[in-house]
Amino acid sequence: MSAPLLSLSGISRHFGALKAVDDVSIDVPTGARHALIGPNGAGKSTLFRLVTGSMPVSSGTVTLGGSDITRLPEFRRARRGISQTLQHSSLFLSQTVQQNVLLAAQRQYGTRHAIVPREQAAARERARALLADVGLEGRAGTPVSALSHGERRQLEVAVALACQPRLLLLDEPAAGMSPAESARLVELLKSLPESVTVVIVEHDLEVVFALATSVTVLHLGRVLLTGSPDEVRASAAVQEAYLGTGRGSLFLDMAEPAHLEVS
Amino acid sequence: MSLPVGTPATPAAIASTTPPRTAERRTGRLLRVALPLVVLVVLAAVPLFVAPFGTSTLSRILIFALFAVSLDLLVGVTGLPSLGHAAYFGVGAYAAGLVAIHWTAEGVVPVLVAAAAGAVAAGATGWLAVRSGGVYFLMLTLAIGELVHQLAQSLASVTGGSNGLYGIPTVRIGGTPLTLPGYVYWFVLAVTGLGYLGLHLVASSPFGGVLRGIRDNEPRMRSLGYSPFRYKFAAFVIAGGFAGLAGGLFAAQVRLVTPSEAGFTTSALVLLAVILGGAGSLWGPILGAAVVVLVRDALGPDLDGHGPLLLGIVFVLAVYVLPRGFAGLRDLLRRRPSPGETP
Ligand SMILES: Nc1ncnc2c1ncn2[C@@H]1O[C@H](COP(=O)(O)OP(=O)(O)OP(=O)(O)O)[C@@H](O)[C@H]1O
Ligand SMILES: [Mg+2]
Repeated sequence: MSAPLLSLSGISRHFGALKAVDDVSIDVPTGARHALIGPNGAGKSTLFRLVTGSMPVSSGTVTLGGSDITRLPEFRRARRGISQTLQHSSLFLSQTVQQNVLLAAQRQYGTRHAIVPREQAAARERARALLADVGLEGRAGTPVSALSHGERRQLEVAVALACQPRLLLLDEPAAGMSPAESARLVELLKSLPESVTVVIVEHDLEVVFALATSVTVLHLGRVLLTGSPDEVRASAAVQEAYLGTGRGSLFLDMAEPAHLEVS
Repeated sequence: MSLPVGTPATPAAIASTTPPRTAERRTGRLLRVALPLVVLVVLAAVPLFVAPFGTSTLSRILIFALFAVSLDLLVGVTGLPSLGHAAYFGVGAYAAGLVAIHWTAEGVVPVLVAAAAGAVAAGATGWLAVRSGGVYFLMLTLAIGELVHQLAQSLASVTGGSNGLYGIPTVRIGGTPLTLPGYVYWFVLAVTGLGYLGLHLVASSPFGGVLRGIRDNEPRMRSLGYSPFRYKFAAFVIAGGFAGLAGGLFAAQVRLVTPSEAGFTTSALVLLAVILGGAGSLWGPILGAAVVVLVRDALGPDLDGHGPLLLGIVFVLAVYVLPRGFAGLRDLLRRRPSPGETP
């Protein structure tokens, strides 16, 4: 295994008495497809916020590519190659699909400071290719406010990829997608080059086990287990965590559309 | 360079969607170029047909329109509603007046100094204002406006205090003063035209796109690697610069600058013009400015000083009838859902 791209050591985040993330340590190697699963309220989204810097840690350190980024503001971390999709779509509603992707792409092409409109040919071409990849090729000129929920999720992925991330954090990207759309997403994520390291939070375990090379299970803010998909499936402790929340069926009947439970 | 993700769309898929759109885009582009040119030609011909009083009113409209469009860059494009934008208009007006009195009234020198002064003033005060948001931004910009207003009052040896700065010489071109009102009007038209073009380019550039992104979703911009503060600050300085330019033209045309140019009433009126015209469209506030100036200057004296009252009524009606200003009318006419609306 190569050196970890992302290394979390003992990070915690408290909300008053609630320990949403409690002393979590995870190493994600470069090129990994790492899944983060756990029942509702386990702290998965909060953990992502600590990695992206949209929320400060209470304690612990976050290391990216060997350098400590715990004190860096969010936009600086993003420039070091962290990109994300959020659990609840966060897009630019008054703008078109293409403009949404361009905002992310133009930063990569150094045209963001351009004061006069110049041909953003490279950024536009990249945006067009990404929209085709996620299945929105006919929708470039549509305002985001007119997109369906599933289409917005697809656009989220295109925006996140337009940043050309080293580390891609996906928070329930398939939630609200149709089975066909989520199959397309899995294909797209599988086709990403090794230079992109992916960490995915997903309740749809079909998606998780189709992609993941390693899995971390969070429960009540703590790491229950990190291991290969098979180890996780076999673990009694994991079964119990899910059974405790009445969601044991997730592991017994994987065909069930688990993402319907997420709102 | 693009990452080898998935397969690109087939050429056939693109071809099937392209033709109607390019046709639409072409007429759109033609309109976008031709319409401003026609308007410019008509405006340039005005002094040949209209009495001097009319051209002077039109000059005031043009100047106030440039001022309003500069505010629209903040309010409509960046999402920063300023209550003190007249501060930079006033700074520009005083700067141009002082340059013309003490140094030179030659051509564009006073107005360029005015633009620089507006930008510097906006830079000096904006770094504080743009750090805050919401109500705090309103209060801070209000305070900045009042501060400049008070300074203009109290620095009487420089600004003439509440009597105003008078005796500003007429604009000169190549040493010859522009005595005819028509010439001054053309000077104003040329500079406001260029100013408007500049603001238009800023708003439609990638930089303008970032400003709109910040307006729509600031946290997401941060997670895409943008520092909203820097962009908001840059927008504030640019808007201040163009407000200063408009102030400089005001000094050149009216040749009297009083503290009220920097005061709250002026700030409120220009914000009214932006909202009346439709924030974010850039061209809407030009129409809004025309309405505000006409009601205030032309009708005001006939109404025993009830101009502000009338403006208030116009404002309430406008917001009720046209929630998105004059710019919203265009979307109504096209019978298309406006992009800002959520379904
Ligand atoms: N800003 C906040 N203030 C207070 N409590 C919070 C905040 N954000 C999250 N929490 C709490 O922290 C816990 C973890 O929340 P988090 O959103 O990280 O869970 P999750 O694993 O993403 O759940 P889900 O599967 O429902 O998305 C929850 O109990 C939540 O109520
Ligand atoms: Mg979550």
